[in-house]
Amino acid sequence: MENLYKVFGRRATEAVRRLESGTDRAELELPGVTAAVVDASFTVERGEIFVVMGLSGSGKSTLLRTLNGLLPVTSGRVLVDDTDLTGMTPAQVRELRQQRMSMVFQHFALFPHRTVEENVAYGLSVQGTARERQRTRTAEALELVGLTGWEDRLPGELSGGMRQRVGLARALAADTEILLMDEAFSALDPLIRKEMQDQLLNLQRQLGKTIVFITHDLNEAMRLGDRIAMMRDGRIVQVATATEMLTAPADEYVARFVRDVDRTRVLTASAVMEPAGISFTPATTLAEAQETMRRHELTGVLVADGGTFAGAVTRGAVSAADGAGSVADVLDRSAARVTADTPVADLFGVSAAAPAPLAVVDGAGALLGMVTQQSLLRSLSITEDAEEEVDAHA
Amino acid sequence: MRELFLADGWHVPRIPVGDWFAAIVDWLQNNIGPFFDFVDMVVNGAVTGLASALSWLPSLVLILVFAALGWWVRGWRFGLVSLIGFAVVDGLSELPSAMETLAQVLVAGVVAVLIAVPVGIAAARNAAVSRVVKPVLDFMQTLPSFVYLIPVVVFFSIGPVPGVVATVVFALPPGVRLTELGIRQVDPEMVEAGEAFGSPPGRILTEIQIPLAMPSIMAGINQIIMLSLSMVVISGMVGAPGLGSEVYAAVTSLKIGQGFEAGLGVVVLAIYLDRLTSTLGARSAVGRARRRTAAA
Repeated sequence: MENLYKVFGRRATEAVRRLESGTDRAELELPGVTAAVVDASFTVERGEIFVVMGLSGSGKSTLLRTLNGLLPVTSGRVLVDDTDLTGMTPAQVRELRQQRMSMVFQHFALFPHRTVEENVAYGLSVQGTARERQRTRTAEALELVGLTGWEDRLPGELSGGMRQRVGLARALAADTEILLMDEAFSALDPLIRKEMQDQLLNLQRQLGKTIVFITHDLNEAMRLGDRIAMMRDGRIVQVATATEMLTAPADEYVARFVRDVDRTRVLTASAVMEPAGISFTPATTLAEAQETMRRHELTGVLVADGGTFAGAVTRGAVSAADGAGSVADVLDRSAARVTADTPVADLFGVSAAAPAPLAVVDGAGALLGMVTQQSLLRSLSITEDAEEEVDAHA
Repeated sequence: MRELFLADGWHVPRIPVGDWFAAIVDWLQNNIGPFFDFVDMVVNGAVTGLASALSWLPSLVLILVFAALGWWVRGWRFGLVSLIGFAVVDGLSELPSAMETLAQVLVAGVVAVLIAVPVGIAAARNAAVSRVVKPVLDFMQTLPSFVYLIPVVVFFSIGPVPGVVATVVFALPPGVRLTELGIRQVDPEMVEAGEAFGSPPGRILTEIQIPLAMPSIMAGINQIIMLSLSMVVISGMVGAPGLGSEVYAAVTSLKIGQGFEAGLGVVVLAIYLDRLTSTLGARSAVGRARRRTAAA
């Protein structure tokens, strides 16, 4: 998507010209003209969940609808695998929607006069898929969202969460690689919403779709998004991962926005870990270990054997052995270890119980770094200058 | 000169609309006469065919058929009421006339629906069509029916056909309006969902918009039938046989009792057709969905 503009109203082209020359959306004083999306450019990678985040009126839903041509763009291009959607005939756009993209709606948009099964099969029936194949695809999609056995019910008989799972199944059954989700979980209760988010992440792990997800809920954005585009007044302010947005917000607006996020749920061990500067090998002599720990006032040290995490030693155990032998003799092989993608929130308990720093390891057990109690505390503090300024104003 | 002008008052120069209208009627009669003959043949054939089919059945069978239909559509209670109602009509010796009237109402109703629903759909989808159709409908509904009854008689001569044509003109508007309203009231998100899955406009219309607008469309059809019944006496005046012409004959010769009997026949037909068609609306897919949802 390149330099995309969407302006509603007459004299739209004039509005685009003025916006291009740097006029702000609010200053655009053309009667009856609303610039919903201004100069938006981004690329969504195959297989990622790309979240567009913004408050109501920021243009995020409009942006989504330009992606499948439900709203024509005023200026700019929408490229799907190098094919420009803006130059397509209506028939080509329909073909694209049938084969490449499906959509999940905020208020579900299920057809009340059709059963769950007929709703889910809708995309397939539009594609002209054979009846038999429709049935199997529908059954598969319903199984994915956990609604097997509800085929003959009507949408009106289901709860909100179940209705949206039907909406999701309808999009999945169409078997398109791109999924557009317009505030798909915003109308649900917080608990159900969280459940749906988990389900979506699970499905994504199995299916690897390319998902563009719209939301106004930052916590949702950070939970789901591989990358997040923050929108404000029709412009995209920052495109970044959740961690980048927390640690390096592009401007004061983003900084203020992310301030209330529970950062311990967003940041992972990899964001707070530090290199394991001082570590022993099993062959390190206890005398040497004792001396090092005393000098650096360390209570525990990680032990690595040729790059692989072996365990940890505590100052108490080293002192008790009284200088004879090597680290291997007093090594605690069951010392706490975590993976790089563990949320910081889950580290506190483990860290409090461990005398030594937490070892951060990869899937093969190699030592990547360590998390100390100090670094955990530091992750909670807000260190960005921009935010301190905001605090000072407040 | 000036005094004269003031004394007489000033008026807009006379506009000869009446002459124009008469000229148009003349022109139509002279130029598309064959078309009117064709309409006359089709409508006359349908009405007389239906009427003779209905009166061919023995009255007892006829009454039982109506009662059974009522029972099937609405339940035994309505079946029983229909049985009593049509038995009373037979007891008044009005059943054959009632069947003549029923045939005219049904033919007029079918023609009106066949015109009203497509026009309503076109108006819902196209703002320009809607803007043109609205004043035409207002005109059709408010123009006193006698005004167009006379030219219609000129085109089709006396008989059931001018009655049917005048009835169609009068009964059409609510069908168009309620169809347009129904389609317009379909949740835009439903239509958007259809578009998002790449459905072409025609399929969105038949699979989403029309089914969801069905309750409103059926209300329009119900209104068409009811307005058709309200035209039976006027049809009777131009020679359409049935209850209407009996009422008209009774009124003009001050036979109060006979007029009341025929009027009663109209009432029975009206109640029967109203309940029957309004129930069909609730039987549409959306109506069924609503009831199941309410039960859940």
